[in-house]
Amino acid sequence: MIWEALVQPFTEFGFMRRALLGCIAISIGATPVGVFLMLRRMSLTGDAMAHAILPGAAVGYLVAGLSLGAMTIGGLIAGMAVALLSGLVTRVTALREDASLAAFYLISLALGVLIVSTRGSNVDLMHVLFGTVLALNDAALILLCTIASLSVVILAVVFRLLVLECADPQFLQSVSGLSAITHFVFLSLVVMNLVGGFHALGTLMAVGIMILPAAAARFWFESIGGLILMAAAIAISSSLTGLLLSYHFSLPSGPAIILVAGAFYVLSLVIGPSGGVIARAYLRPKFEP
Amino acid sequence: MSIAVAFQDLTLGYNRLAAVRGLRAEIAEGSLTAVFGPNGSGKSTLLKGVMGTLDPIGGQVAFGSLKREDIAYLPQQSDIDRTFPLSVVDLVATGLWREVGAFAGIDKDHRERIDTAIAAVGLTGLEQRPIGSLSGGQMQRTLFARLMLQDAQMFLLDEPFTAIDARTTADLIGIVQRWHGEGRTIVAVLHDQETVKAHFPETLLLARELVAHGPTEKVLTAENQFRARQMCEACDGPPHVCGRGGP
Repeated sequence: MIWEALVQPFTEFGFMRRALLGCIAISIGATPVGVFLMLRRMSLTGDAMAHAILPGAAVGYLVAGLSLGAMTIGGLIAGMAVALLSGLVTRVTALREDASLAAFYLISLALGVLIVSTRGSNVDLMHVLFGTVLALNDAALILLCTIASLSVVILAVVFRLLVLECADPQFLQSVSGLSAITHFVFLSLVVMNLVGGFHALGTLMAVGIMILPAAAARFWFESIGGLILMAAAIAISSSLTGLLLSYHFSLPSGPAIILVAGAFYVLSLVIGPSGGVIARAYLRPKFEP
Repeated sequence: MSIAVAFQDLTLGYNRLAAVRGLRAEIAEGSLTAVFGPNGSGKSTLLKGVMGTLDPIGGQVAFGSLKREDIAYLPQQSDIDRTFPLSVVDLVATGLWREVGAFAGIDKDHRERIDTAIAAVGLTGLEQRPIGSLSGGQMQRTLFARLMLQDAQMFLLDEPFTAIDARTTADLIGIVQRWHGEGRTIVAVLHDQETVKAHFPETLLLARELVAHGPTEKVLTAENQFRARQMCEACDGPPHVCGRGGP
């Protein structure tokens, strides 16, 4: 019974195994990035970047149809362009980064929807917006795994810089000239993971697997290492549970996965020992000398 | 005595509104100088100018025997994200950045120096505490431990004793005086006149423009301070543009 419910869908159907592998790859690559987005109070930046990717993917689609490579490259270019332009506007003008990013991603999103709808059908738009986790082919899987591996390696290389850039950017600037580069590398990681994620989960849902596990992990751990491991574990569990739910109850799998992650978030919010609702209400704050 | 840093007609500001105007002064190597003045008189701005985080509108900061890399800077506390999950030992260890950089490991010798610095500021036993749980005084002690590891020739301290209990202030002043005894140059922005008079032999009195610079007892006269207040009230431009550049 349990076997049939939990394991058989994966042993029986190749598309389920592929979906699971793809989601695990995304979970491993995107959640550490999500943890840093959260710690830098840039959670909504992830959302904005996801919208920014849309027109790039759409142009790729216009040029080459539903081609993995064209849509990936298009998405990368659009995402990086918006990240760079909004960064530039922030440095050159009086506008703050959140406002300039919002401006560019809104323009980008409108452009993307326009391009998709003039040429494609609604089905195509749905594909870009909500992904096709149950139809991942070999090339898509290789892409997702490559992005996850690259992302983990790059993050390991810039880890110390990134931590200091988040916690004490002024100090980093005073001891190292790598501050701006670190910020740029980090934004590239965000874009890269979102582009990977949108093949499986769509541009909108890809942000969910990045941010929700990170936000949930915050209620369990205080250290960065703990946060990253917990977030990845939550993301993988959400993927597994979401896929099974979508299989058994014929639900769209992308939203199912994200909703499970959302359930983990709400649960953590309530019972999480580190600042959760119950912990806040019943545990007195520690006063030590 | 040689010059550590010279301000040559230095004008600094935000959005072209000058917060420091036409400053000419020299900081002698090995001196212990307080930068004093009314709110919005450009004290913090001056330190930013020395660190190069703010480019001069006019004039320049000239380095004598020192380079910018020899300077350690303690900004006002609000600039650090205290919610970030770092422990005391993590934050102190970043003081070794010039030696260790972004990639190298921390070896046994480094560990010992970190422990020594933490002990010197009286935080032994709190090494693993997250910085978010520290009191204001403990946080400032942590930052002083980091400064010690930076082993700099010159220290710029921006209001190091503001909102800090008396015992911590006394301990930290002890550390500053130890640095002074070792021949390092120290420039500190201070609010409390008594602290300046008691512990800082030199004072630079600033009211956007230089009011006076020299031995503290000659600079901090009632007459000079009255003049500083008048100059700052009379200065043009919206007041929030001065000093730290807004709330």
